[in-house]
Amino acid sequence: MTAWIAQVLLSLAVLASLPSDTQTIAHVLDRTSFGARPGDVDRVRTLGVERYLDQQLHPERIADTALDTRLAGMSTLRMSSRELAETFEIPQIRAREAAAKAGDGNTKPDPEQQRRAATVVQELQQQKIIRAIYSQRQLQEVLVDFWFNHFNVDARKGADRFLLTSYERDVIRPHVFGKFRDLLEATAKSPAMLFYLDNWMSADPAGPHFEPLRPRIARGPFGRPMLIQPSPAAVAERQNARAPKGLNENYGRELMELHTLGVDGGYTQQDVTEVARAFTGWTIDRPRMGGDFKFDARLHDDGPKLVLGRVIKAGGERDGEAVLDLLAKHPSTARFIATKLARRFVSDTPPPALVDRIAATFRETDGDLREVVRAILTSPEFLSPDVMHAKVKTPFEFVASAVRATDAMVDDARPLVRQIADLGMPLYQCQPPTGYKDTSDAWVNTGALVGRMNFGLALASGKLRGVVVSNTTPDGIALGAPAFQRK
Amino acid sequence: MLSRRAFLKDGAFALVSLGFAPSFLARTAYAQGRSGRAKQLIAIFQRGAVDGLNVVVPFGDDEYYRARSSIAIARPGSTGDGAIDLDGFFGLNPRLEPLTPFWNEHALAIVHACGSPDATRSHFDAQDYMETATPGVKSTSDGWLNRYLQAQHTDHDSAFRAVALTPQMPRMLQGNAPAVAMNQISQFSIRAGQTGAGATFESLYAEARDRVLGGTGRDAFDAMKMLKGADPSRYQPENGADYPRSPFGQALKQIAQLVKADVGLEVAFADIGGWDTHINQGAGQGQLANRLDDFARGIAALVLDLGDRMADTVVLTMSEFGRAVRENGNRGTDHGHGNAMMAIGGGVRGGKVYGRWPGLSVDRRYEGRDLAVTTDFRDVFGEIVVRHLGVRDPRSIFPGYPVDAARFPGLFA
Repeated sequence: MTAWIAQVLLSLAVLASLPSDTQTIAHVLDRTSFGARPGDVDRVRTLGVERYLDQQLHPERIADTALDTRLAGMSTLRMSSRELAETFEIPQIRAREAAAKAGDGNTKPDPEQQRRAATVVQELQQQKIIRAIYSQRQLQEVLVDFWFNHFNVDARKGADRFLLTSYERDVIRPHVFGKFRDLLEATAKSPAMLFYLDNWMSADPAGPHFEPLRPRIARGPFGRPMLIQPSPAAVAERQNARAPKGLNENYGRELMELHTLGVDGGYTQQDVTEVARAFTGWTIDRPRMGGDFKFDARLHDDGPKLVLGRVIKAGGERDGEAVLDLLAKHPSTARFIATKLARRFVSDTPPPALVDRIAATFRETDGDLREVVRAILTSPEFLSPDVMHAKVKTPFEFVASAVRATDAMVDDARPLVRQIADLGMPLYQCQPPTGYKDTSDAWVNTGALVGRMNFGLALASGKLRGVVVSNTTPDGIALGAPAFQRK
Repeated sequence: MLSRRAFLKDGAFALVSLGFAPSFLARTAYAQGRSGRAKQLIAIFQRGAVDGLNVVVPFGDDEYYRARSSIAIARPGSTGDGAIDLDGFFGLNPRLEPLTPFWNEHALAIVHACGSPDATRSHFDAQDYMETATPGVKSTSDGWLNRYLQAQHTDHDSAFRAVALTPQMPRMLQGNAPAVAMNQISQFSIRAGQTGAGATFESLYAEARDRVLGGTGRDAFDAMKMLKGADPSRYQPENGADYPRSPFGQALKQIAQLVKADVGLEVAFADIGGWDTHINQGAGQGQLANRLDDFARGIAALVLDLGDRMADTVVLTMSEFGRAVRENGNRGTDHGHGNAMMAIGGGVRGGKVYGRWPGLSVDRRYEGRDLAVTTDFRDVFGEIVVRHLGVRDPRSIFPGYPVDAARFPGLFA
């Protein structure tokens, strides 16, 4: 507990003396928002940096009605995965089946149906950039971006194209100021993650474990009990059942490498296999139909598992939950999450002493993500002049901050979505489970810089369709200049 | 630089005027390494899993015809749409006819029954594994071509060392080594918006104290100047090359233009889709044949256009997995396993189908249904990296895979 108390005392000392100079406020805005809009620095000065941060750490206390109005027109954002499947996917499946039945009739997918289905991901992309530009709850949006990227899922993998709407809204967003353990389990049980990392089809190779087919007692014609044997058809059906076969280690590996312990977090290939065994049976109730998480005991390997030297013998669905308990409490997880958050908020190479303290806060608050972020934002390292402008904006941050800086009006977010993709960061389409990189080396290259200069010029001169600029400062040159690429 | 470029152009012109084109086939004049130019690789990804059994047809395997009653490519000579005989056992799909001169000149080699050790039949995952060259490992952050660029990195690398003619950077080229992705060469310039914006940006980046951004910005402006000479609207292909007007054809045309502009291109990438033929695939005519037509005419134009430069270039085609041996109930094919790759180049020991043929009978198939893999695709990539691109130690390019020349198919001498 001592390290956390030390961190709290340190934070109080820093907060009591939080500088209110323009440079510091601009830095705080750079890192806790998607860039300052005209007037933001003065607003934070009036409010005080401490109160600004406290507000941002409690987004439920900030009204965001203007944003809600902007998003109201995008109906898919409010639909469940099942509704999305029923509206956009199942009609396509039916059409394909009908075409196949008809033989060599019209077998091309219906372009109108495809166009309609594509709006699901398109609206998700548009809401992301609109939220980044217009939400008053900027820190929340920064953290939704961070945690989605941490638990990355690519919309281009099969059913994930209609599962991500709910994934971001119901799995990531509600937990970014909550407990890490809850966020972890929400992702582990999300159809989006189960599908993306294949756990939905991971099964005990010795299975499937059916309930034994036993004779049952029924009443005979004269009310007498009689024994009914299982029909040969029922027996044959089980033998031919199309159940997934074999263990799939993808989720087990990435859960430890990317979601919790980190690649050097001290696990072995044997641990990967044991964790995968624990998660067998964590599957999806009809993934193509937008179904929910389901535990299927028939696919589960119910034997004991040895994970990181501990015996897991909880049984059934609890096996996976016990692994999540173990991983969420592991010191390597505290350090890995502390490092990634410090890299996001402070610098590409965060000071080890800061990482140590943040990891301690993580452990001592039982992974309370609000307290972990607060500890970073009130640390002397965060406010050090050494780290100001030390980060290079990602393409998403660059585009959002340029629109915010010019106070532009976005009538149609689609051109912005396209621009972000052209700058190398297509939204919701990062293929590897690592997510996009959060260091400058990933984003500084000649092609990207040419793209950023052109984007700055196009935005400021009003040539970007769907975006109306009234403010001529900063101009296109300022937006494409080296200084504006940094935060 | 200028004088060297001028010299090369004159040299090429002299050869063309003497009637040597396409003279890359005359290997005596331009044997590997003797041209003095750097080696180049042009990678072409057929996204969607092309049906390799109908591209390079095992017409000598009777099982092929038993498994494909409506979509098989007929035996050579049997109809107008029969396979083009390569070696008495394999034949090319008739729509690959534009590539046959390269086979006859021993510049086109095929590796059949090639693929991944991983069992996945997901396009998404299999493309990922092929582009990272780490089958089964999803979290690899960079592509194998980018790791090649990292391995051979120098301080004076051109900004156009690696170029993808695609809207986004393909996974294969993602990573710490610089690479450029663009739809059109013309995108790589400061477009108007403000008078003199280009010059203002150039001086801003030149004077920036920001080491990282300033340095890269200066590279960007150097690169833009290099491209100025390569005006896409005035580009004239050589040697009678006729590119299809398709996006694929236009991507290859721009790759040729970059090669000839001598901007330091080493690795180029293009992709072509439409191979996921689950329904009504067709045979010598039809859906797959139409895609192969675009594919073959594009590659043939590229090879002819590059002419002498093919002595230093390899064009390599790949697709994430093959398709099931047996046709399905919709006269199409479902996702399979092993597939065929093609390599074309002056240095390639062509005119041969490489790789052990596993046979198509059910007991020889992978999981009882697909063409088995007898050559790991990393052995093809590995041979190209070592024997064509000249990497001495390829270990960093293929993490977790011991590259061993004993397993190379033998595409290069």
